Amino acid sequence: MATTTFVKKTLGLNKTEGTNKSPILKPESTFKKPKLGVSQSRKKDIPEGVWTKCPKCSAMLYDKELDENLKVCYHCHFHLPITARERIHSLVETCSFEEMDASMTSVDILQFTGVTSYVSKLEAYQNSTGLKDAVITGVGKLGRHRLALGVMDFTFLGGSMGSVVGEKLTRLIETATDKGLPLAIICTSGGARMYEGMFSLMQMAKTSAALAYHAKKKLPYISVLTHPTTAGVMASFATLGDLIIAEPGAMIGFAGPRVIKDTTQAELPPGFQTAEFLLDHGLIDAIVPRKELKEKLGFYLDFMSQSQSQDTAVA
Amino acid sequence: MKHQLDFEKPIIELQRKLEELKKHPAANDIDIKLDEEIRRIEEKIEETRKQIYSELTPWQRVQLARHPRRPYTIDYLKTVFNGFSELHGDRLYADDHAVVGGFAYLDQRKVMVMGTQKGRDTKENILRNFGSAHPEGYRKALRLMRLADKFRLPIITLIDTAGAYPGIGAEERHIAEAIAVNLREMVLLNVPIIAVVIGEGGSGGALGIGVADRVLIMENAYYSVISPEGCAAVLWKDRAAAAKAAEALKITPKDLHALGLVDGVVSEPIGGAHNDPEGAAASLKAQITLHLDEVAAFKDETRLKLRYEKYRAYGHFLEKPPVSAVEPQPLPATVI
Repeated sequence: MATTTFVKKTLGLNKTEGTNKSPILKPESTFKKPKLGVSQSRKKDIPEGVWTKCPKCSAMLYDKELDENLKVCYHCHFHLPITARERIHSLVETCSFEEMDASMTSVDILQFTGVTSYVSKLEAYQNSTGLKDAVITGVGKLGRHRLALGVMDFTFLGGSMGSVVGEKLTRLIETATDKGLPLAIICTSGGARMYEGMFSLMQMAKTSAALAYHAKKKLPYISVLTHPTTAGVMASFATLGDLIIAEPGAMIGFAGPRVIKDTTQAELPPGFQTAEFLLDHGLIDAIVPRKELKEKLGFYLDFMSQSQSQDTAVA
Repeated sequence: MKHQLDFEKPIIELQRKLEELKKHPAANDIDIKLDEEIRRIEEKIEETRKQIYSELTPWQRVQLARHPRRPYTIDYLKTVFNGFSELHGDRLYADDHAVVGGFAYLDQRKVMVMGTQKGRDTKENILRNFGSAHPEGYRKALRLMRLADKFRLPIITLIDTAGAYPGIGAEERHIAEAIAVNLREMVLLNVPIIAVVIGEGGSGGALGIGVADRVLIMENAYYSVISPEGCAAVLWKDRAAAAKAAEALKITPKDLHALGLVDGVVSEPIGGAHNDPEGAAASLKAQITLHLDEVAAFKDETRLKLRYEKYRAYGHFLEKPPVSAVEPQPLPATVI
C-alpha cells in the first residue's frame, strides 16, 4: 500500500457540470480540499490552489487548464492523479450517471488493533476525500452506450479493496449481468485492505465470481488500469477484462518492486511494471491516453455490444 | 532435536531427560523406581504438550504452520491418497515444481488432487521455489482442473504457500492474471471442489487454487490476506511486530471459522501434525471424505449456485436504509 507521491490538486470534487466546462475558479475555501500528499514546503512560494507543478517535467501548470486537460500535463503529457468523480465526469454524458450504493460504508469487523484504529483511518479518509470508500459505482451513458461503470479512487486508503469495494463492484457487475449491460471498471489500487483481513481477500473471489456470470452472458467487460494498480485488485477483476486498457506511464503489477528486489536480489529491468512494459509483454490490449479514453471506450463497445439493445431502459 | 520452536522447548527438555533415563538403565539398576520415573516423565510430557498446545498464540500458530518438519502436500499425497500419478506442465511455458498435481484415489474414489509444495532441504527448496508458484503453477492447476471437469473427477486442492512468487519472470508472465483467471474459472467448474489449507495460506497465492465448495483449514495452519511480517512492516513500520499483526489479522483457524471464512477446521494430534504425521493424515482424510460426500450429493446446478452464494456473502458493511420505503430503487441516486 504505497502512498502516491504526486502532488494532488482537487478542484471539482463537488462540480455538477462536465469537466470540460471548467467552472470559474472559486476561492479555495468553498471546497473541502484533500490534504493527502500535498507537500507542506511547496505551499510557501506558490499561491494555494492556482498552480500545480508537473511531477515529471516540473512545468508550472495552471490548475484551471490542468482540470480542463483532465489532469494531464499539457507540456509533457504526464498523467497526474484524477479523482473518481472527475473521471466519471470525463466519461459519462452529463446528468446520465446514477450512482449506486452511495451510502455504503466500511465497518471494523475485526476490531483491528493496530498502531491506529481502522475506524479513525476511515474517518480521516472520508473527511479528506469526501468519499465514503474507495470506489464509486453506477450506471450511465457513454455516447450511445448504457454502461455499468465502476471507478476506483486511490486517494481513499490507497484504493484498497475491503468489503465495501468488493460489494459495490459485485452489485455493479450483477446489475450489468441482470440488465444485459456492458461493464467498465477504472482500476487503481494498492491491493486488498489489510484492516479487514481475510474478508478483503475474499472480495477477490467474490468480484471474480460475479464476472464469471457476466462473461457467461457474453456481455463485454473493459478493465482500465490506471496509476497504480497492483496486488489483490490486479489478481482479480483488473485482469479479467475482455479488453485490458492502460493509461500511459501507469505502474501496474502484482508484487511491489521493493519486495521483488528484496526477494530476488536482482536488478529490475528498465520500465519494469509500467503500462508500456506490460504492453510489450502481452498483457494489455492498448494504452489509451486519458483524453482519448471516452472515445475509445465507445469505439470498443460498438464492436462488443452489437447484440445489446441500446435503449434498454434502466430506471 | 533439530527444528525446535521456542515454545516447544519445555517438551524437548523433558524428552531429553526421558531419553537419558532410558539410555542408562545399567547405571541406575539399583533404583527400582526407574520405571515409575519414566512413566512420570512421559505423563509430564503429555501434560505439558497439552497445556502448551491449548494456549498457542496466533503467532505461535503461524510458526507451527511453517514448521520445517510439518507434512507437506506430497506427504499427504502418500498418506491420504493412493495411486497418485503426477501430471506435469501448463502446456504454455514450463512445469512449475512449486505446484504438484495429478490423478489419485481417495479410497475407491477417483479424484484430481493438486497442491503447492515446499522443499525439505535447500536443494529441494530450490526445485520447489520454497513453495511459491510462478504463473505456470496456477495455469497448470487450472489445466488439471479443467481436465477433471471434463471427466467428472472431484477436485481436491492442498494449500501450503507463503504466497505467489514475487519475481521478475512471474511479473513478465502475468502472475496476477493467472490467479485472477483461476478465481473466475473455479466458480464455474461443475465438479465438486474441496480446498484445504494444510500449512501456510498466503494471500492471493493461496486463493489462486482455493476457490471451492468447502474450504477447510488444519488446526495449526493459517490463512491471511498478507503475511504477518508484511502487515507489520506496513502498519507498524517494523517487521518485528509480526506477532501483533498475526493477532490483529485474525488468521487462526478458530478465528476464521468463527468469522465464517472457512467451512471447517481439521483437528491435528496434540503436538501438531509434525509430531504425528499419520494421525494428521487420518484426520485430514476423514474431513475431506466427509465434505466431499456432502457436496457430491448436490446436483451440479445446486452446487454451483451454493458455491456462488458462499463467496457472494463474504463482507461486512453498513448501509443507510433507503430514505423512502416506497422507493424500491437501489438507494438515493446521485446524479452527477
